[in-house]
Amino acid sequence: MKVEIEIDGRTVTVDAGKDLLSTCLEHGVDVPHFCWHGALGSVGACRLCAVTVRDDPHDAVGRVEMACMTGVAAGQHIRVDDPQAAEFRARVIEWLMVNHPHDCAVCEAGGACHLQDMTVQSGHRTRRFRFRKRTHRNQYLGPFLTHEMNRCIACYRCTRFYRGYAGGRDLDVFGSGERVYFGRAADGVLESPFAGNLAEVCPTGVFNDKGWSQHYARPWDLRLTASICPHCAVGCNLTLAERHGKLRRVENRYHGAINGHFLCDRGRFGPLFVEAAARLDVARHREAPIDLQAALALARTMLADDAIGIGSVRASLEANFALRRLVGPERFFIGVSDTEAVLVRRMATLLRRGPSRIASLEAIETADAALVLGEDLTGTAPRAALALRQAVRGAEKALAAAKGVAAWLDEGVRVAGEGRRSPLILLTAAPDALDEVATLSLRRNPSAIAAFGLDVAAALRGEPVADADANATARILAAAHAPLVVAGAGLLDAAIVEAAAAVATALGARAALALFPTECNSIGCALMGGDGLDSAVTALEGAGEHAPAAMILEADLYARADPAVVDRLFAAAATTIALDCLATRTTARADLVLPVASFAEAAGTTVNHEGRAQRGFAARPGRMPASWRLLSELRPGLFAVDAPALDDVLVALAQDCPALAAAASAAPHADFRTPYGRVARAPQPFSGRTASDAAGRTVDGTPPSDPDSPLSWSMEGAHGVQVPAALATGAAAPGEHSPYAVWRAQTRIGGPLRGGDPGVPLIVVGALPDDDANVIPPVSVGVQEIPGPTLLLIPLHDPFTATELDGASALLAERAPAPRLVLHPADAAALGLSAGGAALLDGVPLAARVLLDDGLPRGLAGLSTVAFGRRGPPRRGRLEPA
Amino acid sequence: MSALPLTGRAARDRKPHALNEWRALGGYESVVHALRGEPLQVLEQVERAALHGRGGAGFPAARKWRFMPARGTTPGDGANYLIVNGDEMEPGAFKDRLLLEALPHQVVEGAILVAYACHASEVIMLIRDAYRSAIDGMERAIAEARQAGLLGTDILSSGFSLEMRVHASAGRYIVGEETALIAALEGGRAVPRKRPPFPAQSGLWGRPTMVNNVETVSCVPHIVTQGPDWFRSLSLTEEGGTKLFGVSGRVRRPQLIEAAMGTTARELIERCGGVSGDGVLRCFQPGGGASGFLEAAELDVPLDFAHVRQAGSSFGTGTLIVLDGTACPIGVVARHQRFYARESCGWCTPCRDGLPWVSRILDALEDGTAVSEDLEVLRMTAAQAGPHGRTFCDLMGGAMSSLASALERFSALFDEHLAGGCPQRVASR
Repeated sequence: MKVEIEIDGRTVTVDAGKDLLSTCLEHGVDVPHFCWHGALGSVGACRLCAVTVRDDPHDAVGRVEMACMTGVAAGQHIRVDDPQAAEFRARVIEWLMVNHPHDCAVCEAGGACHLQDMTVQSGHRTRRFRFRKRTHRNQYLGPFLTHEMNRCIACYRCTRFYRGYAGGRDLDVFGSGERVYFGRAADGVLESPFAGNLAEVCPTGVFNDKGWSQHYARPWDLRLTASICPHCAVGCNLTLAERHGKLRRVENRYHGAINGHFLCDRGRFGPLFVEAAARLDVARHREAPIDLQAALALARTMLADDAIGIGSVRASLEANFALRRLVGPERFFIGVSDTEAVLVRRMATLLRRGPSRIASLEAIETADAALVLGEDLTGTAPRAALALRQAVRGAEKALAAAKGVAAWLDEGVRVAGEGRRSPLILLTAAPDALDEVATLSLRRNPSAIAAFGLDVAAALRGEPVADADANATARILAAAHAPLVVAGAGLLDAAIVEAAAAVATALGARAALALFPTECNSIGCALMGGDGLDSAVTALEGAGEHAPAAMILEADLYARADPAVVDRLFAAAATTIALDCLATRTTARADLVLPVASFAEAAGTTVNHEGRAQRGFAARPGRMPASWRLLSELRPGLFAVDAPALDDVLVALAQDCPALAAAASAAPHADFRTPYGRVARAPQPFSGRTASDAAGRTVDGTPPSDPDSPLSWSMEGAHGVQVPAALATGAAAPGEHSPYAVWRAQTRIGGPLRGGDPGVPLIVVGALPDDDANVIPPVSVGVQEIPGPTLLLIPLHDPFTATELDGASALLAERAPAPRLVLHPADAAALGLSAGGAALLDGVPLAARVLLDDGLPRGLAGLSTVAFGRRGPPRRGRLEPA
Repeated sequence: MSALPLTGRAARDRKPHALNEWRALGGYESVVHALRGEPLQVLEQVERAALHGRGGAGFPAARKWRFMPARGTTPGDGANYLIVNGDEMEPGAFKDRLLLEALPHQVVEGAILVAYACHASEVIMLIRDAYRSAIDGMERAIAEARQAGLLGTDILSSGFSLEMRVHASAGRYIVGEETALIAALEGGRAVPRKRPPFPAQSGLWGRPTMVNNVETVSCVPHIVTQGPDWFRSLSLTEEGGTKLFGVSGRVRRPQLIEAAMGTTARELIERCGGVSGDGVLRCFQPGGGASGFLEAAELDVPLDFAHVRQAGSSFGTGTLIVLDGTACPIGVVARHQRFYARESCGWCTPCRDGLPWVSRILDALEDGTAVSEDLEVLRMTAAQAGPHGRTFCDLMGGAMSSLASALERFSALFDEHLAGGCPQRVASR
């Protein structure tokens, strides 16, 4: 319902039932605020958003109210600029500053600090407090975050996010009065895989990104670039912050349909791999460094006869496409197992087939019942698990609404909701982090999970089904308005994915289906087409003595396929050329290694699990070329123009691969100009040059150019909300420098960005191409019997270790759990294995310690992905004590 | 018919009654009577009796009960709760202690009636942890009542069922605030919650909840048995009944007095043997540490919620703190502010950070290290953080009302403190 109210003399038509603070912000009226957060709601702790409210226009005085805690009512007259409200806001800041240290000059948050902004906005100037400030002891919180409690102004955002939003338990508030303390019961690593968000949730400098803290700079000296996370298939939007050629930190870049305000720790700290010691910076021929031009000449010779290309699910569309052009579509393979290549192609087909909707993270958050089949989301797509945690709160919100409690009143909703949870049915092979919020958690082996899914689908179609849990699940999903089905490639089990799609199909168009492939561009590669490594090896081996060369794009194949198959590839290929930004087991074996730009040094498009094409840009002028640029140099005329730019590659892509044509519009082209010119990477007060002088070193000369984007490397051009969403890195404006300014760029609080959330869909439901060659018939499964002395090995994912990129990030590597072999105690006893012990797998020592967990089904053995040796699927193995 | 309904039946040695002793005194007759009628009849009687809540705010009890929905009409699952608030921690207050320790059956009896009137199905007696003997006595009384069929299912074949238990509070001043009490009872931090939703709409575990003070509850049996008109006739003012007054500070015999609502401070002080110390009344707080100061000119104000409010202070828990000519009101304020600063839950800014500042300044005034700018800060804090709605709950408002009245009434004394600290302290050195 719409009502009219007056804000600072302006009559506006607003939604009834909202709070005054978000209403004012949505209508462009800036109200200073502190504890309120677009994703965390109103709690009324800080008392900063005071405004004067008059219910009656003849009321001369009005009353001072907290805008965040006051509901909109027709006929209200609101004054933000009223002197009594303004005076109170200044005093609130004065109180907040009573114990806050005067350390802005050495604080990591200084310059992008919400407390600084609010202090300046509110007009508190001179500190009158003349007594001794209270001091706190700081804690060690693990490799990701620093802790500087003296800076705390007790807005409670950290605990509200960590506990209330992310479901963490080991961070809390202790003490009372001015001694309130936000931390852990004892020093220790924060357990939540979303802890890194505290660095942004904290409105001042209590929690800081530790990597940033070690190399921090003034935020106005950073160049900020829009990027897309390369660490899983979700495709969260990132802002990469660079100074003096170094990636200093990663921050969340708001996307209304994907990551909203929050990232997972893998996405926040993983990109630091671009600063890793393992970065490749020189070309090598059989281990010996050689000049790049010589290396390129060598590569041309090696490719002269014949070559196959091995594309990469972690490389951009442009890179994969350039390789595909170079070797020809029939000689283009993807650097994953055939099983995975087929499975992900099938995922794309199933999503396209419908009739269910394709679930974005936003759709996951708004689901009112969810079934997860087989996927350990917290391990494989952590941000999606965080979204699912929000979906579970739906029932509590509904009950609170039935009691007349306003949705924005966060604490009120939690209480009135009586702890109700929307149904979440979780079928996984191993105990799961989401168990604590699930209605029903079932542990089954992979084939039984698929069978369960097919049973649910059958029950939904009205067929008789014996499994009572499947019947119950079907009833729950059938009763939901927006049911959600989730599966993924975590177990590389096609039957599970088919079963998930069958459930979604049985539910029809109101259902949403989320299928998570393994990596950031898995779907892009699937849409481009190409078989996996097993087929590549067959092709190489089939050619016998005339085997072609193999060109391997940006991936450690050993992490993605059976090592034996990769070994065969190296054995069969005439020569091997590897392009990568990191030294890996694969580059170590290649004859020729060509260093290329990482995702942070080159523009590139990736396609996330929804089929959404998104583009990231170079965050620093790179010394290494993008893969596609280097490939274009290997063969003149590879593209229509010499020295092609990104847009030229995209034009060719549209010609060769019509299914990917729309990827070109994932972001504005390089020739796009705002009314202010290019889009500036550097903020307006950028002072990099003068600060460099102070360091005794002058960085000067011709500014680098970037032919692949409309971004400038300087402060010249458009800033903040002047920038289209796909290029924007925030909504900072004069007087508002912190990440919280993002509300300025939203159409409504928590809604899409102005001009639409970035990215274009490449998969459209119902648009099945006639020549879809990828269709494989749905499978039927029976429950697999687990016989004899072998166990079924299940890969155990974790939020901090997925690929070689994660391992190369110093911060993530420190957080990675020790490899573990998880067994049911009875199985362990039968095998003579005990907790903490070592084991042999098929006679080979296993780099993992035994853990016992009676939550694991008998007959299964969970093994950390790093120790699994390759990416699934589950396989049988003989375990014995070492 | 006792003119001292609340305390008249207490044993001389304050030993709690066994059930049979209590019944011999007419105990639980009110329950037998009330359960024969409808809940609304109890509510209407209490409404006519003009019973104002005794927890501090003085809100008409029956009007508050009307917010409670009938059982089974609220979406969700679970009980409707009555919480009897026995977390007495206001500086100077010791009235509930007597009722809890000496008259537990009176509290149980009242709680059954209130629960009946406001559709509660479960009663939780929340008692300050320090009141150990009260907790033990209350547990005994509840067990006896349950055994006698006065609690449990289908009480006295009326169809009304009620469970009751004791919860020992962890003991924080803020737990006296009903929403903070609920949060603490749920196992969380004792932090107040926003109203609306009012507890009657979404209280303990999201269920409809009524929170009443021990003294309020204890009045109800007498209203039911003796009638609302009788109850009103006990009072000298429009607010019905008698009131427990705890008189402390500089009086010769500090004590708890049950007297008619509207009794004056002059009479109460006389009944305590008059002002001690130098025998000259300097000022008094009529409603505990969080009430504004009154002086000799206000000695004849009838002490009830309306009259004290009119006089510019608050009646609070009816706790009279008396200062003679040798007691420094600034010292009293300093001690009280230190208490409130310590007891602040830390949720909202003005209270969490403003109160400790105030407290430090008052300490500086006492020891002679204050500067004139400090007084500005005191005035600023009282003016900015005092008004209702500026802070999340009323802890700060109460603390500021006593500070504001001290600043207003004793401004010369504050100035004197600037020059070398508390004159009284200096004189005694």
